[in-house]
Amino acid sequence: MKPVLQSKEFSAAGKDQVGGKAWCLAKISGQGISIPKTWCVPCAVYQDFISQTRLRDRIFLEINRKPFEQMRWEEIWDTALRIRNQFLTTPLPPEIRKDLADLIDAYCGEKPVAVRSSAPGEDGSAASFAGLHESFINISGTDDILKHIRLVWASLYSDAALLYRKELGLDIRTSRMAVVIQELIPSDRSGIFFGVNPSDAGESLLEAVYGLNQALVDGDIAPDRWHLHRSSGRIIRHESPARDRCAVAVPGGVSFTGLSSHQVDTPPLNDREVRRVWETGKQLETLFDRPQDVEWTFLDDRLIILQSRPITSTGFTDTDEKRAWYLTLHRSYENLQALHEKITRDLIPEMIAEAERLGSKPLADLSAQDLCREIEERQKIYDHWVSVYWADFIPFAHGIRLFGQVYNDAVTPEDPYEFMALLEKTGLKSMERNQLLEELAEMIRSDADLRVRLEKDLAPGPDHPFTRLLDTFIGQFGDLSCTTGSGSECQYGASAVIRLLMEFARRPASAGSGMPHQRDTAALKEQYMASFPAHRRAFAQDLLHLGRESYRLRDDDNIHLGRIEARLFEAVQEGQRRLGDPATEEKDRDMLARFPAFSAAPAAPKQPEAPAADETAARRWFRSRQIVGQPAGPGIATGTARLVKTPQDLLSFKQGEILVCQGVDPNMTFVIPLASAVVEERGGMLIHGAIIAREYGLPCITGAPQAMQLIQDGTRITVDGYLGIITSHTKGL
Amino acid sequence: MENNRKQTLEQIAALFASQDLAVLSTQKDNQPYASLVAFATSTDLGHLYFLTPTTTRKYDHLTANPPVAILVNDSRNQADDIYRAVSVTGTGRAAVVDKVKEKDALALFLKKHPHLKEFSRAPTTAFICVAMHRYYMVSRFQNVVELEIIP
Repeated sequence: MKPVLQSKEFSAAGKDQVGGKAWCLAKISGQGISIPKTWCVPCAVYQDFISQTRLRDRIFLEINRKPFEQMRWEEIWDTALRIRNQFLTTPLPPEIRKDLADLIDAYCGEKPVAVRSSAPGEDGSAASFAGLHESFINISGTDDILKHIRLVWASLYSDAALLYRKELGLDIRTSRMAVVIQELIPSDRSGIFFGVNPSDAGESLLEAVYGLNQALVDGDIAPDRWHLHRSSGRIIRHESPARDRCAVAVPGGVSFTGLSSHQVDTPPLNDREVRRVWETGKQLETLFDRPQDVEWTFLDDRLIILQSRPITSTGFTDTDEKRAWYLTLHRSYENLQALHEKITRDLIPEMIAEAERLGSKPLADLSAQDLCREIEERQKIYDHWVSVYWADFIPFAHGIRLFGQVYNDAVTPEDPYEFMALLEKTGLKSMERNQLLEELAEMIRSDADLRVRLEKDLAPGPDHPFTRLLDTFIGQFGDLSCTTGSGSECQYGASAVIRLLMEFARRPASAGSGMPHQRDTAALKEQYMASFPAHRRAFAQDLLHLGRESYRLRDDDNIHLGRIEARLFEAVQEGQRRLGDPATEEKDRDMLARFPAFSAAPAAPKQPEAPAADETAARRWFRSRQIVGQPAGPGIATGTARLVKTPQDLLSFKQGEILVCQGVDPNMTFVIPLASAVVEERGGMLIHGAIIAREYGLPCITGAPQAMQLIQDGTRITVDGYLGIITSHTKGL
Repeated sequence: MENNRKQTLEQIAALFASQDLAVLSTQKDNQPYASLVAFATSTDLGHLYFLTPTTTRKYDHLTANPPVAILVNDSRNQADDIYRAVSVTGTGRAAVVDKVKEKDALALFLKKHPHLKEFSRAPTTAFICVAMHRYYMVSRFQNVVELEIIP
C-alpha cells in the first residue's frame, strides 16, 4: 500500500486503513460536495513506525507503570506527555521517511495544510470521539508535516484518549491511527453546523465566524448563531455577538486580527448562505443516516466541507462528570491570558484585601451574638473563595502544561520535563514564607539567651526583635497550625511556630532554606527561543511568561486562600476561648454552645495508631522492600521515614527526615526545608510538594502507591528521585 | 571438537537472542541471592550486560563480591520443556562500567531493550558488564556441555 493515499484511493484501501475521518470525506466528495484536497497516511505506516523503532515496547512499558484506575488525572497527563515526547524524539526509519517525504513533497509542496487524526472507529460510527485526538492547522513543508504526523500518532495516547480508553477500546496491541493531510483553505468565513440542536430536537444550529473556525472550536471567539427549523430550514432566530476579531493563518499557526468596520456590523453569512449550509447539512444527514456535526467554510462563494461526524452531545454519553470537567481544563493560550489578567488584576488583590479586612476586625470586642454572625460571614467568604479557586485558579494551572507541550514540540528534548527548569525560581509565596522562617531561626542560632528562653517556653518581651518578627510572620501567614487543617489545631498558637523554629535552628545556617538549589537556565532559555523562527519569538517569550505565572500562582493562590481560612479559624478560636473562659457569662456560653461551629464535640487528639498484635506479628514476615512511583525531583537521599498523617505530625518533624505523606498541601510546605526528601502517594509532576521539593533541590517521588501503608514510620529508607524508587532498608539476607 | 564448540556457541547466541531476561545469581556474606535482569551480550558472547539501580541487593552483592552466575532458558512452562527446552548457565565476573566510556556496549544493550533508554539515563542506574568465563549448556534433560570463553 502507498504510504500516502489520494482521496480517490481511500475506498479501495478500506475504512480500517484510512480511518473514519478520511472515509467520510471520500463519501462526501463522492456526492459532488466540495471538500479540500485531502490525502491520507494509512494506519499501516503507523504500525510500521512503532514496530520498526520498537516504540511499541516503550509505550507498553509507559502505560503499564501503574494501573490507570489508580491514577489521578494529573498522572494521566504526565503519561500522555511522556508518550508524546517519545514519538517526538523517535525519528522515522530512513525508508519510511523517504517513502512518505517523496509523496508529501509531490502532493503538498510548500502549500499550507491541516494535519488531522483519523482513527478507525472515529467519526463514522455511533460514537464520535471529537477532541480526543489532535489536529494541527497551517503546517507547511515536508519536514514539518512529517513532525506533525508523529504528533497526531502520539495523540492516540493523549490524556483525553487515556481518560476515555475504555470507550475508545484503546489497546497498544491493536490501536492504530491514520492521518489526514488537508489543503488549508484560506477561508473568509467558516463555522459549525449541528443537524440537531442538542437542547432542542426541533431545531438545527448554525454557528459562523469570520476567518478560520479554529477560534470558534477553541471557544476564543463568540460566533453568530442561527436557530433553524430542523425540517424546513426556516430561520427561527439569529443571535448576534459583539464581533471584533477573527482567526487567520500565520506562518506556523493561527493568529487573531481585527475585523473591518463592515464586518463588525455584518453577520458572516447572509440568509441565502445560511440556507445553503442547512441544505448541505441535510444532504450529509441523509448520506450518513443520522444528524451530523459539520465543520464548513466559505472560500469566496464556494461552500467547502472540512469534516462531518455524527452528533453526540459531548462525544460520549458520559455519566462521569469528573472526566468531562478534566477535559475542560485544556485551555487555549488566549483563554489562559484572559484568566491570568482576571487572577492577577482582580482576584488576588481582592483575596489579600479580604484577608486584611477580616484581620483588622477586633474579635475580642464582639458580643457573643456578633461573634457567631462573624463566623457565619467568614465561612461564607471562605466558601466563595474556594469556589473561585476551582473555577479560575485550577484551570489557570493548565498554563504550565501548555508551555510544556509547546516547549517539547519546539525543542524536542530527551527529557520531557526539561521545561520545568525554566519555570522554577519564580518567587513563590511559600518560599518567601520559608525565608522568613529561616530569618527567625537565624536569630535563635545566633542568640544563646534567646534559645535558652525558648527552650524553657519563656517568650521574650513584646519589644524583642524576635517577637516583632514572629508577629509579622503570624500576621502574614498565620501561625501555620491554623492553616494545616481543621480549626482544632489552632490551640497551639505561636508555640507551634516556635517549636518548628527550634528545629530550623538546629540546622547549620547554610543548610538550605533561602539557599535553594540553583540551576543555570540561561542556556535552556536560549535554546528554547532559538527553536522558534524570528516572527514567533515574541509568542514564545509571552508563553514562557504565562507558564511561569501559572507555576507561581499554582502555589501562591493556596497561600492566599490559606490566609482567608486562617481568619475563619481565628474567629472560631475566639469562640472556643470564650467557651473555656470561666469569666464568660452564662447566656453567652449557652449561645456559643448552641452555635454549630461549637456544638459538635471537639475531636479528641489523635493517638498514634498502635499496631494490632497480629499485625505486628505479620510485619515480621512481610515488609515492602521497594516501591515504585514517579520521579518528580532528581537526587538520592537516605534518612528516617516520617509518615505525616495529620497536620500535627508536621509540627514535630525533625531535620533530615524524609517526609512521607498522602499529599502535601501548599500550606504544609513549611517543613520541606527540614526534609531530606519527599514521598507522596498523590501523583503528578506539578503537585505542590513536588514543586517545592524541586525549588529546594530535594529528591522527590510522587504517585507512590500505598506508600503510607507500606513504609513504616521511623524506618530508614532511600529515595531515588531519578528513578522514582523508594527502598526500605531491611535486614541482610 | 572445534566444530562442536562453534556449533554450541551459535546455539547459545540463538538462545540469548530469543530471550530478553536472565536470572542473575549473586552472593554476599555467604548468602546466595537470585534476580531477573534484562540482558544483552557481545557478539562473541564474551561479555554480558545489564542495568540495575544502585539501591538494589544485586548491586550491593556484585560490588561486594564480583563473581556471579547467570541462567537463560527457553522454557514454556509445559511438560515437554524437560526435553525441548535449552538452558544455559554462565559464570563470570561483574564490574560496574562507565556508561559514557562504554557507550558502544550501552548502544548494543539498548538496541535489544529500547524501552529501557530512559532507565539507562538515570545517574542512579548502573551499567554492569560481566566478563564471562564459562558457559554450561543443558539440553534434552541431562546433556551438558561446557565451554570456556577465551579472552
